[in-house]
Amino acid sequence: MQTNYLVAVNDFCTSHQTEFSFLKSLQQTGLIEITTIEETEFIDTEQLQQLEKFIRFYYELDINLAGIETITYLLQRINKMQDEITALRNRLRLYE
Amino acid sequence: MNFVDYYKILGIDKSATPKDIKNAYRKLARKYHPDLNPNDEGTKKNFQQINEANEVLSDPEKRKKYDQYGKDWEHAEEFEKQKQYQSSGSRATRSSSSHNSEDFSEFFESMFGGSGNGGKSRQTKYRGEDYKAEIHLNLIDAFETHQQTLNVNGNKIRITIPAGIENGQTIKIPGHGGAGINGGPNGDLYIAFSIANHSIFKRLENNLFANIDLDIYKAVLGGEITIDTLNGQVKLKVKPETQNGSKVKLKGKGFPVYKNEGQFGDLLITFNIKIPTHLTEKQKELFTELSKS
Repeated sequence: MQTNYLVAVNDFCTSHQTEFSFLKSLQQTGLIEITTIEETEFIDTEQLQQLEKFIRFYYELDINLAGIETITYLLQRINKMQDEITALRNRLRLYE
Repeated sequence: MNFVDYYKILGIDKSATPKDIKNAYRKLARKYHPDLNPNDEGTKKNFQQINEANEVLSDPEKRKKYDQYGKDWEHAEEFEKQKQYQSSGSRATRSSSSHNSEDFSEFFESMFGGSGNGGKSRQTKYRGEDYKAEIHLNLIDAFETHQQTLNVNGNKIRITIPAGIENGQTIKIPGHGGAGINGGPNGDLYIAFSIANHSIFKRLENNLFANIDLDIYKAVLGGEITIDTLNGQVKLKVKPETQNGSKVKLKGKGFPVYKNEGQFGDLLITFNIKIPTHLTEKQKELFTELSKS
């Protein structure tokens, strides 16, 4: 059974010194999901790693939202291709 | 330990303004940032150098010190110690940092005494660094669920490796990476599995493949043979007139399906028919007779 934990968006923004509007923009582009429970907005801890990556892109590397979206898509493709390479390497081992 | 030219690393000259430094850092960071280059150790090293150069050159105090001592950096520490002694201040200059000491070169450590950041950064809570480890197993190890104890940065972690883990597969152990920064959560530990080839069985996903030698008499007349599998021996009926290279599938005798207890792939046997050697005269006669029939 997988247990999901939620972090209040306000707490996250305070601790990461990040504007709420930035998280909202990420949500609107579909890069993160925000859950609303009794008018309080939360993010799943499973998304924290990805979200912090977006923050680094935006604040440290000065990459705008469109750039983050493109990078995320390309990184997903890289990961998929790396998985394919691993699967092909395993297949190749049959003939070694 | 060699002198590190931070200006050269960022591709700027000594008269660069803070804006030039920021721009140069951002340009290079976009190219070498680990977030943009997953699993690439080479770019990680480049990024560490860029980060270190930025750490020094974007901090006016550090930059001043770096510019002042330049290649004579080895004497900087002595000079600083003397300066501190004279001002009777025994304040610790090391600051809490959002980087690991291993992210900085010996040169940096020697000159600035700490592992960077000098307190200039935002007091942001960050997840700790993710750690990566590799475990080497053989095929038989990966066949059964078992436990292993890992030593990660001095901490012993006992993990359960589920049967059916694949070569190249990575599992995540949450919270066992580097400690969080400024009260942030710990990073995760990623363990990649490298599974060595087996001399008899080859694996592809959940199926196992093996070549079995079969004598010509059994191949022609059929019969029963006993073959080894990874979980014991099984008896196998050989059909009469079995051809060289023909295949037989043993259902459920392959590799366990990852995290699906009780489910197994198949074992695919390929027969290699062996032609007898050192025939006796009698056997030769019989083969000759057979060839004429």
